[in-house]
Amino acid sequence: MSGDVHTLGVAALARALQSGRLSSVEATQALLAGTARHAELGTFLVTNEAKAMQQAQAADARRARGEAGPLTGVPLAHKDIFVTDFARTGLPSTAGSKMLAGYQSPFDATVVARLHDAGTVTLGKLNCDEFAMGSANENSAFGPVKNPWDLQRVPGGSSGGSAAAVAARLVPAATGTDTGGSIRQPASFVGVTGIKPTYGVCSRYGMVAFASSLDQAGPMARSAEDCALLLSAMSGFDARDATSAQRPPQDFAAAMHTPRASASAARPLLGLRIGLPKEFFPAALAADVEGAVRGALAELENLGATLVDVSLPRTELSIPVYYIIAPAEASSNLSRFDGVKFGHRAEHYADLMDMYKKSRAQGFGPEVKRRIMIGTYVLSHGYYDAYYVQAQKLRRMIADDFQACFQRCDLIAGPVAPTVAWKLGEQGDDPLQAYLADIFTLPASLAGLPGMSVPAGFGAAGMPVGLQLIGNYFEEGALLHAAHALQQATDHHTRVPSGY
Amino acid sequence: MALTPEDVSRIAHLARLDLSTAEQAQMLVQLNGFFGIVEQMGAVDTRGVEPLYTPLSAVQDVQLRLREDVVSEQVDRAANQRSAPAVENGLFLVPKVIE
Repeated sequence: MSGDVHTLGVAALARALQSGRLSSVEATQALLAGTARHAELGTFLVTNEAKAMQQAQAADARRARGEAGPLTGVPLAHKDIFVTDFARTGLPSTAGSKMLAGYQSPFDATVVARLHDAGTVTLGKLNCDEFAMGSANENSAFGPVKNPWDLQRVPGGSSGGSAAAVAARLVPAATGTDTGGSIRQPASFVGVTGIKPTYGVCSRYGMVAFASSLDQAGPMARSAEDCALLLSAMSGFDARDATSAQRPPQDFAAAMHTPRASASAARPLLGLRIGLPKEFFPAALAADVEGAVRGALAELENLGATLVDVSLPRTELSIPVYYIIAPAEASSNLSRFDGVKFGHRAEHYADLMDMYKKSRAQGFGPEVKRRIMIGTYVLSHGYYDAYYVQAQKLRRMIADDFQACFQRCDLIAGPVAPTVAWKLGEQGDDPLQAYLADIFTLPASLAGLPGMSVPAGFGAAGMPVGLQLIGNYFEEGALLHAAHALQQATDHHTRVPSGY
Repeated sequence: MALTPEDVSRIAHLARLDLSTAEQAQMLVQLNGFFGIVEQMGAVDTRGVEPLYTPLSAVQDVQLRLREDVVSEQVDRAANQRSAPAVENGLFLVPKVIE
């Protein structure tokens, strides 16, 4: 049975474990062997076989005692933006930065702790853009991640290691985080399913902070069903996160399976109104992406959904608004890296100020420095109102635009990104190109709305294309329901890159 | 309004980043490229619009929670200081600040 482990998603693996056809130890061993065989992808920053096997043995013992939950024994891996208790996991936590190379966290992030309590096994930590800043995974201090569909191409970012590891079937699922699209865009680029829940649904405690009013954790997996299972375990109120949503625990799998009132088996989405913002289909949208997205929308119509035209008039403005707010918050959050309490300290310096400046200059990579500079500038005296406050006002207008749309539709759909995955190094030294490519994921991030990327098909050169679905606040169940219906009728999400 | 080399130098100081001359020159070009797309923000009339500092306040009244001022967990100093660059007797070491 262990030879088949790579073909199993979360739900299938859980069933195999439950039936006794497979043990967690067997699954963990097989998956760790696979990650070692596919080091060319650059997905894993670190694994710890001995600690992973201990967790697998504990999961098998828990099952033998009759105390297993739905995810007990399922191996997965965490984006290295989540801190993992070093004593428990033997895994350092780096955020993809030289600044935190070798950092031994004294505690688990809440998301990690909850998945641990559920009995999952942590195989290792996954590569990501430094401090989650980037959309190609080329900003990691520990090297890029390759897209398993074409090793010349990027996997997207910042959760590029998570996305590529799931796409290459190295892991059944992985955690990711999304500040401006960092779950949805890489999911789209590698053809996996990812959901960024409503801001506040998953605890930010122990996620290395980038932009605190935007950061959200979520699962990346092979199907909406697998995402639902993981999200149920990851989410929920946490007193340690000041902005955690105070809501009762949710069973997203149950929400996903709940039929719509008017629906039939053939038309499960009957009555569902899907809004298409005209700004999400501009002339600049690549024809292959538009083709795949329109194909998925036609399938949703076949399943009973109605497509309605809507407008998000400030879509383009979301780029400067986001790239003011996120760097402002980042410059504040990253001020904690001062070479004193943790992280890199320069070897030579003249005095305390020089130590700060040299430690930070050596520890941070170019994109992180750029964002710290932008953030410091827009928060500085004389510029605060013109940039930061104006951006926060526009942010409210963007959020209000969504509420106007949701008067006329239940979900919003469109592309995740304007193109398929680009080639490694193609964007050169021009960070603006990557910022502009975030256009379709930023609006939902700014508004704090839940969003998904669901495989929609394939574009030029056989590269995957994602359909983005956006719901109103706390409507994750409706998103997962629609995505699941689509995946019952299509097989894009089951396609695997050759060689994996 | 373009940034000048002096602006970049001043911001780098505020951000506590020791940037080389070459880094500053490249940063100047990149920041000015970025602020080129920011200017369109200024053209929008936002009079009377409340800033949205935390997203859920778009649709609901958000109050920051206060917790009871009680000891809720013990801190393991040795574990917390394990990744510090320089520690002695449980204290973080920094260069001499006061002569």
